[in-house]
Amino acid sequence: MDHERKNRPLTSRHLLGLEGLAAEEIKTILDASEAMKEILDRPIKKVPTLRGVTVVNLFFEASTRTRISFELAEKRLSADLVNFTKIGSSVSKGETLLDTARNIEAMRVEVVVIRHQSPGAPGFLADRLHSVVINAGDGAHEHPTQALLDMLTLRQKFGDLKGLRVAILGDISHSRVAMSNVYGLKAMGAEVMLCGPPTLMPRNIDALGVKVSYKVDEAIAWADALNVLRLQLERQQSALLPSLREYALTFGITLQRLGKAKRTPVILHPGPINRGVEIESAVADSDASVILDQVTNGVAVRMAVLVLLSAPEVLM
Amino acid sequence: MESYILPDRLCLKNARLIDPALNLDQVGDLLLERGIITSVGSVSASGNTLSWNLNGAIICPGFFDLHVHLREPGNEVAETIRSGQESAAAGGFTAVAAMPNTTPPLDQAGVVRWVIEQASFFPVSVYPVAAITRGRKGEELTEMVELRQSGAIAFSDDGSWVLSAEVMRRALEYSLLVDAPIISHAEEPTLSKGGQMHEGEMSTRLGLPGLPRISEDVATLRDLMLAEYTGGRLHLAHVSTSGALAALEAAQARGVKVSGEATPHHLVLTDGAVVGYDTSTKMKPPLREAEDASSLWKAIKSGVIAAIATDHAPHTSEDKEVPYDEASFGALGLETAVALLWDHGVGKGLLDPFEMVRRFCHGPRAIVGLPIPALKEGAPVELTVFHPDEEWQVDKTRFYSKSVNSPFVGWKLTGRPWGILKGQRWAGRVEPKF
Ligand SMILES: [Zn+2]
Repeated sequence: MDHERKNRPLTSRHLLGLEGLAAEEIKTILDASEAMKEILDRPIKKVPTLRGVTVVNLFFEASTRTRISFELAEKRLSADLVNFTKIGSSVSKGETLLDTARNIEAMRVEVVVIRHQSPGAPGFLADRLHSVVINAGDGAHEHPTQALLDMLTLRQKFGDLKGLRVAILGDISHSRVAMSNVYGLKAMGAEVMLCGPPTLMPRNIDALGVKVSYKVDEAIAWADALNVLRLQLERQQSALLPSLREYALTFGITLQRLGKAKRTPVILHPGPINRGVEIESAVADSDASVILDQVTNGVAVRMAVLVLLSAPEVLM
Repeated sequence: MESYILPDRLCLKNARLIDPALNLDQVGDLLLERGIITSVGSVSASGNTLSWNLNGAIICPGFFDLHVHLREPGNEVAETIRSGQESAAAGGFTAVAAMPNTTPPLDQAGVVRWVIEQASFFPVSVYPVAAITRGRKGEELTEMVELRQSGAIAFSDDGSWVLSAEVMRRALEYSLLVDAPIISHAEEPTLSKGGQMHEGEMSTRLGLPGLPRISEDVATLRDLMLAEYTGGRLHLAHVSTSGALAALEAAQARGVKVSGEATPHHLVLTDGAVVGYDTSTKMKPPLREAEDASSLWKAIKSGVIAAIATDHAPHTSEDKEVPYDEASFGALGLETAVALLWDHGVGKGLLDPFEMVRRFCHGPRAIVGLPIPALKEGAPVELTVFHPDEEWQVDKTRFYSKSVNSPFVGWKLTGRPWGILKGQRWAGRVEPKF
């Protein structure tokens, strides 16, 4: 069931990434997210907006948080949802992504939410399906809904993103969260600094118009907000890091380190947290932390994206 | 594609005849008699001579592709020796050198002879390149003397770099016995491990692990030093970085016996082509940056790079219609190379026609010591025919290759290969009219 969409609120039929999205489009999504958030504050947190719309959550990579957040968003909007996870499904039995795409096409679902380890996998589906495709994280490429919820959280805290200084800290070279945040924040007029060890900084990242620093104290002193990325614990097995201990000592965000700055930046973290590695508990649970707001905003942002891309009334 | 037997006397009329070795570039006719050129220039056709009006198509000495993967034996779904030959003829190549990374690999005389035998039914010559090491494992040398006697024209473990410097040293030394080059696929594998595309701004944007230029540069420098030390002949396959080019040029200036080749895709495309994750842009070495491509054009023009070679690497759609990081490395090359060099090289003033013909015909043959065809009376017929003005669109339904993994599908090109004349035969994309 392929609807001809007129007066589309977003230029693209899909949400594959934030690269190339205009500030106006991001604002549309964030404004819609505020409206969704209002629904989440009601005693009965369910609206019929997506009744009759079928959403497939296609998770090729384990991700409890993002999957649950999408599921909750879909349920709040009354969509019919189907979950495919890698474990125990045909995708773990050697079925190719192309076969998966053909099967989904045959099922005629309206929306596909995909998490995949391969960069570009959501685009691969979008090229082959009539369904709307939403990227829930593709390798080290993009994770647009995460960046949108980060921006929503920052906007709530600071009122405006323009001129805001956001430092993203950690394993930048393997981080889709960092990439989507860079594109989104830059589009909204914020300044971005990326900070982490040189071995975890991707090549030519400065071409994206960001500041780069290897000194965490410099990032803390500069930033209005600090987005602390989760460190994948296997990084020390390659030659990228000598030890988690040294990483924690050099880059871990601690109260002591924050205390050295004139003012404490707002702390974000996409979760799940490795307490004592990239961030100590006292910081994660402090007043400066907006980590739980991010979780709430995640559901609202995903509801907004689903509605803007697929709600029947926008499909007229 | 079938080949056509030519009449005993055939006059090719109204052609542009180009042979840089003879300083020849003129419109005229060519008389062919039973596989021999018997007249060049203006031919007054007698009664029993059939003629074919070429309407301005270029005839030049036959092009030779020093680097193709024919996939047979082992992966006949992607390509066979015959389909590769047809693809070569359609692209204007009279001969190709077949790389040894087949299954089994070309590491024994019997397999080399078998390939030559399989290729003998179609007018495109196939010259096998044998492996440097048994099983291409980089450990023990192959029996190079016997392989050379069986028809191998060079040695390469293409697809892999010979990791052990000791083995590569001995290969270069031992190759002095057989007077054939050792072809290096210069890729230091610990630096390129897991890489999917050139490491740079684009790989960062696309989230794909990088194949850094230093992987090629480090490997190139080691092999150049080994060639210099041993006196063996080294040929660098598919040079793609400006760093490797600079090292090659410096080594040639020192008198090291080393040559290099470049592919059309490294000349014409950059890593920007990977945007959109089209897996036909995935190959090794990867598409580099504009700066590398412009260094390559200069090296092609100056002759530091003596050969254009396609690295024709067919893959089935099962190997290519997958997410980018799961796809096989390699792209088709045979059917688009001539048009790309004519349109994007000669057409843009980066090469003149003589230089283009030299890099396709003379340069690659000199590297492996093959006789060079010529447009002169008494020479055997081995000719490439392409039309310089015809426009065409690369259409994946019209490849003679069994695969379709070309990054140029959909491109509009000026200059269309028609086919080849070899002995008393014609094979090509165009049907002969006489
Ligand atoms: Zn190679």
